[in-house]
Amino acid sequence: MKEIVVLSGKGGAGKTSITAAFAALGAKDLVLADCDVDAADMHLLTAPEIQVEEDFYSGKVYEVKTDGCVHCFKCMKVCHFDAVSHIDGEFVIDPMECEGCGYCYQVCPTRTIEMHPRLAGKFYVSNTRFGNTLVHARLGIAADNSGKLVTKVREEAKKMALEQQKKYVLVDASPGIGCPVVASLTGAHFVVMVTEPTVSGLHDLSRVYELIRKLKLKSGCIINKADINPEMAGQIKQFLEENDVPLLAELPYDVRFTEAISQAKTIVEYDQGALREKLVKAWEEVRELTDK
Amino acid sequence: MQIAIASGKGGTGKTTLAVNLAVLLSEKFSGTGQKVLLADLDVEEPNSGLFLKGDLIEEQVNYRMVPDWKEDKCTLCKRCANVCEFNALAFLGISVMIFPELCHSCYACSDLCPEDALPMEKRRMGVTRRYRLNESLEFMESRIDIGVEQATPLIEQTRKYIKENYDDQWMVLLDSPPGTSCPVMEAVKDADLVLLITEPTPFGFHDLKLAMDTMGELGKKYAVVINKYGIGNDEVLHYCEQKQIPVIGKLPHLTEAAVLYSKGKNMVDTLPAIRNEIEKIYSGILKLTEDRA
Ligand code: SF4
Ligand code: SF4
Ligand code: SF4
Ligand code: SF4
Repeated sequence: MKEIVVLSGKGGAGKTSITAAFAALGAKDLVLADCDVDAADMHLLTAPEIQVEEDFYSGKVYEVKTDGCVHCFKCMKVCHFDAVSHIDGEFVIDPMECEGCGYCYQVCPTRTIEMHPRLAGKFYVSNTRFGNTLVHARLGIAADNSGKLVTKVREEAKKMALEQQKKYVLVDASPGIGCPVVASLTGAHFVVMVTEPTVSGLHDLSRVYELIRKLKLKSGCIINKADINPEMAGQIKQFLEENDVPLLAELPYDVRFTEAISQAKTIVEYDQGALREKLVKAWEEVRELTDK
Repeated sequence: MQIAIASGKGGTGKTTLAVNLAVLLSEKFSGTGQKVLLADLDVEEPNSGLFLKGDLIEEQVNYRMVPDWKEDKCTLCKRCANVCEFNALAFLGISVMIFPELCHSCYACSDLCPEDALPMEKRRMGVTRRYRLNESLEFMESRIDIGVEQATPLIEQTRKYIKENYDDQWMVLLDSPPGTSCPVMEAVKDADLVLLITEPTPFGFHDLKLAMDTMGELGKKYAVVINKYGIGNDEVLHYCEQKQIPVIGKLPHLTEAAVLYSKGKNMVDTLPAIRNEIEKIYSGILKLTEDRA
């Protein structure tokens, strides 16, 4: 079982559309994992039937019980996040500000501060209309996107793939280069970088690639909306050549991507022409490079 | 006044709106004593700077505090490892190891160490740079170092810096990081109004609702701007009407806009249709922030 991660330096490059297209093409060979837990969109294109729904807890929140407090102000003094306030003679912890470090809990002489697990989000396993499993999640409001939920989604997807004897886990990674991305990348067998030919596109690509190189992963690149700026697309291609990264596809700027989304379809279902062909070829190459 | 520009997800046009609004306002403010600051708080990938070139006027390295283990003082009592909630500190029997990328700088281990063996020390997090473009426009960005895992502390420091250094003379525009988790919440903390930018597609609609939930939770006043208006459908518009959420601008979908964006150029100077909408957005901002006062 191999793991393929689709990634882009920034949102909006078309990562989800492309991952969904691969998911439709790979269909029964794979388990799909949506690691963009902050703004998971894959379910909009795959119309999943939810089979499992679970609460996901990560970290802790602290709360002051009023009984027993001797008003020593210690909790308020030690908190480095200004989460404790003294309101109407009582100590209150603002759950939005609290980092969950437990320092106040450690120093409270009367054990008046309680510790609770923090509800970080929800986690789902679903069946998609492509006949495969989608593992996805939704991060709760104000929850820390520390990568733990991403890790959980990946682990669960891998488990499913092994159980169902699938060849691949296909991961839609979260955007950016922060900890959720590192959590979606480590240990992957192949990374598909999706970029667009804009000034920021090349810049984000080089940052993402730096991370991929640090993690010593195999990768390839898809340039989306390649025709909006041929000169920049040329610079991106040069960058890929210099770094020996295979160019998997160059896709044109095409309103059919948006039309497909508006009808909740993947582009390979909506378009039967050149776009579909390019993506079919790209997917074949990804499989080849992954299996190598 | 602080206006934050946010969106549930990246790629919806935050930077486009922020840059073009900043340029338009600086033209309007020219000679009036009023000024605009555009601050890019998307510290993982600050991109606004690709559109605004100016003279560097200040550069500052940002640090955060992380404990440093002093072997000679430590009695190996293990207390530190017991207090750290984030596993940023491991007790290895004969030594203590620190994982700076996991540390939240809470000071618990350092303060509670009976031997003073864990003094908090500075660690580099990233850089903040300020640029001046003209007498009424400044631009600022913070950029996290590669390998630094947490964006929020750098955003927090930048936010405080802005609060301390820019007075009422300044209209501050904040280009926020994408998403709905900690970094965005940190970025919009001081904003008087949040502009949520979205696209008229099912993706856009879905992400917008998440972003609205987040703003609602924070008690932030917000308005919606629709980008690439003309593609997709009217779901977003209908929803906002129904919920009485102000939609203060609709940036038309223009291929020229995508081309200009790809070249790192602003649109207000060459595309009248965009300029017009940015003007409307500014009036909308004024109206909504007056209501508040
Ligand atoms: S747990 Fe930490 S952050 Fe939360 S209130 Fe206590 S000291 Fe402050
Ligand atoms: S540390 Fe405990 S006893 Fe002291 S003020 Fe806080 S809650 Fe009350
Ligand atoms: S608390 Fe201080 S003395 Fe005890 S093990 Fe940790 S560093 Fe060493
Ligand atoms: S400062 Fe807090 S988070 Fe950092 S190592 Fe010490 S206890 Fe852990």
